[in-house]
Amino acid sequence: MAATERDAVSLGGAAPVMSPDLIMQVAPGTPAREMSYQEAIREALREEMTRDASVFVMGEDVGKHGGAFGVTRTLFDQFGGARVRNTPISENTIVGAATGAALVGMRPVIEIMFVDFSGLAMDQICTQAAKLRFMTGGQCQVPWVLRMPQGGGAGKSTAAQHSQSLETWFAHIPGLKVVLPSTPYDAKGLLKAAIRDNNPVIFLEHKFLYSFRGLVPDQDYVLPIGKCDVKRVGTDVTIVASGYMVWHAMLAAQMLEREGVSVEVIDVRAISPLDRETIGASARKTGRVVLVAEAVRDYGPTGEWAMAVTEQAFDYLRAPVVRVTGRNSPVPFANSIEDGVWPRTDDVLQAVRQVMAY
Amino acid sequence: MNNEIPIDVALSMYGTMVRIRRFEQAVSELYARGKIPGFLHTYIGEEAVAAGVCANLRLEDKIISTHRGHGHLIAKGGRLDLMMAELFGKATGYNKGKGGSMHIAEPDLGMLGANAIVGAGAAIINGAAFTAQYLGNDGVAVAFFGDGATNTGTFHEAMNFAAVWNLPSIFVCENNGYAESTPRRQHQKIQAVAQRAVAYDMPGVTVDGNNVGAVYLATRSAVQRARSGGGPAFIECQTTRWRGHHEADQQHYRPKEEMLTIEDRDAIRDWRNELLARGVSAAQLDEIEQTAAQELENAVAFAEASPLPDPAQAYTDIFTPVSEAL
Ligand SMILES: Cc1ncc(C[n+]2csc(CCOP(=O)(O)OP(=O)(O)O)c2C)c(N)n1
Ligand SMILES: [Mg+2]
Repeated sequence: MAATERDAVSLGGAAPVMSPDLIMQVAPGTPAREMSYQEAIREALREEMTRDASVFVMGEDVGKHGGAFGVTRTLFDQFGGARVRNTPISENTIVGAATGAALVGMRPVIEIMFVDFSGLAMDQICTQAAKLRFMTGGQCQVPWVLRMPQGGGAGKSTAAQHSQSLETWFAHIPGLKVVLPSTPYDAKGLLKAAIRDNNPVIFLEHKFLYSFRGLVPDQDYVLPIGKCDVKRVGTDVTIVASGYMVWHAMLAAQMLEREGVSVEVIDVRAISPLDRETIGASARKTGRVVLVAEAVRDYGPTGEWAMAVTEQAFDYLRAPVVRVTGRNSPVPFANSIEDGVWPRTDDVLQAVRQVMAY
Repeated sequence: MNNEIPIDVALSMYGTMVRIRRFEQAVSELYARGKIPGFLHTYIGEEAVAAGVCANLRLEDKIISTHRGHGHLIAKGGRLDLMMAELFGKATGYNKGKGGSMHIAEPDLGMLGANAIVGAGAAIINGAAFTAQYLGNDGVAVAFFGDGATNTGTFHEAMNFAAVWNLPSIFVCENNGYAESTPRRQHQKIQAVAQRAVAYDMPGVTVDGNNVGAVYLATRSAVQRARSGGGPAFIECQTTRWRGHHEADQQHYRPKEEMLTIEDRDAIRDWRNELLARGVSAAQLDEIEQTAAQELENAVAFAEASPLPDPAQAYTDIFTPVSEAL
């Protein structure tokens, strides 16, 4: 069962669903088209490749085949094999080559099929690319983007080596920016910003979001990396979330509105650099904070977000901060137990009720 | 050449191939019916590799497998019912439903696991080979992997490591000509994958992976050599992946002419003919087929009837308990 269906069932009643209108980001009247998260990413790639000849794409099966999830499909036909490049199964070398190309003026966009395979490339990502700017005293820059699908929760049973959420691996390394878009609008604007950024950017696409649809403006736009986005304004409680979890937060907020609870939803968008100010300001306003992330709990992103709240809003808190996270377990294969390890809308609802009742 | 293979071994390899083929056909169909979740990579068309290699191995010898791993476990003696239950995600499966198709393992049979990280097994198998060397027994350890895997850094490091430590590691490359959608000529330049062995001063051979006898004989010499301290070897088995990379793969990248000829080579049909020529009766071979079909039917029934794992199972087996003796 898809997570959306399951959540609808477990919530009972009027079966709210994660429909596109849950998150409206384009002002009425703005010329825009509805597209999927996947199409938005592809469009960002297409536009940036058109705009800048130094942008090229490489990765395993990204050519005609379009990559493991079809994200780069049709780019090969448009730009040819010189700019949409298939590589051997050699993750460390793929990232290393991107770093080399970036050092001498190119803007590579790399795809690793699943974030789980980034383990093979950690030296090149964390110990080479991330540090070159610093080690050379600012002489070098490494403007690449590393796109990686991550996460689970779609009842897909991709098991322990294909379902992880690993954003904090990268966020722990100074020199890397780490972006987790939650909507088609954000995915396009943030990817364009990432490509134009002069630093290595880790761009984590949630697998389950690929088919999610939303409005994307016709006009060229970029979004700032390192700014949270207030997805919903509220006064009673703040939910801080990223990636797919933003949808759980929005759904919960809609439900809670019927109970008379006004929820503010902060989409972290980039966990590094982290926009502590926006989180802090919201926490000071509402005094109640729930943090939601799919990654496993321990040493996951919510720990850092909670610290931001403590540092900036301690005196304003009316309840201890509560978090909803993936469980501390490798992801199991069987549907029946996989289901239980992901955060769901129900968990978010309960957490909000808990801080409200404190 | 194949005639020198003892008839009982020849028959047993036939049985192994048939069991693999039946199992894979069944899971492919069950997958289409939504009975099996996750990614499913089938081994149809490649059966002769696992069968020919593992016919040379003892229970204590170790193997490590890939994302396309069902055939290896079957060839090492895996039970179809416990495998089927694992693929269904049932509590009675080899790994309690926690691993599934890509992570199935049975250490008691010397099968150290399927693996969803391409190339990883080549490194791990060296540890098992080293342990045999260290303990002074004549065990060997076999890593199976694909042509695509030979482009990973891990593979090259593992080959060199095995060579310099003179380990009883046997590297078996299942060259099916593809890494997902990428044909081999687009992911490596060498004519034969076995050329890779030259760089590590390791014997490397290329055999017809559709000829189970040829696979058996090539492995036999590698195993004999490794057991007697002669060090590692590399065997390239040229084979064909009959189906998509995984079951959801539409294979748009495979040329039409190729699609039409995929099943031209059929290791099982060929071996059956060789056995008939050696005087085995058709009735005996049919019986092997029927036994496999029956075993499979039971396996599916077992998997269907088995319970799902309890949700609490998600939080067990994360750590191994510390032994009381500590
Ligand atoms: C390190 C790593 N990179 C990429 C993948 C995705 N992937 C899974 S199978 C595969 C192709 C493997 O090709 P090959 O080794 O020839 O094995 P085959 O599937 O043909 O049996 C790829 C790229 C992976 N699982 N692990
Ligand atoms: Mg292959």
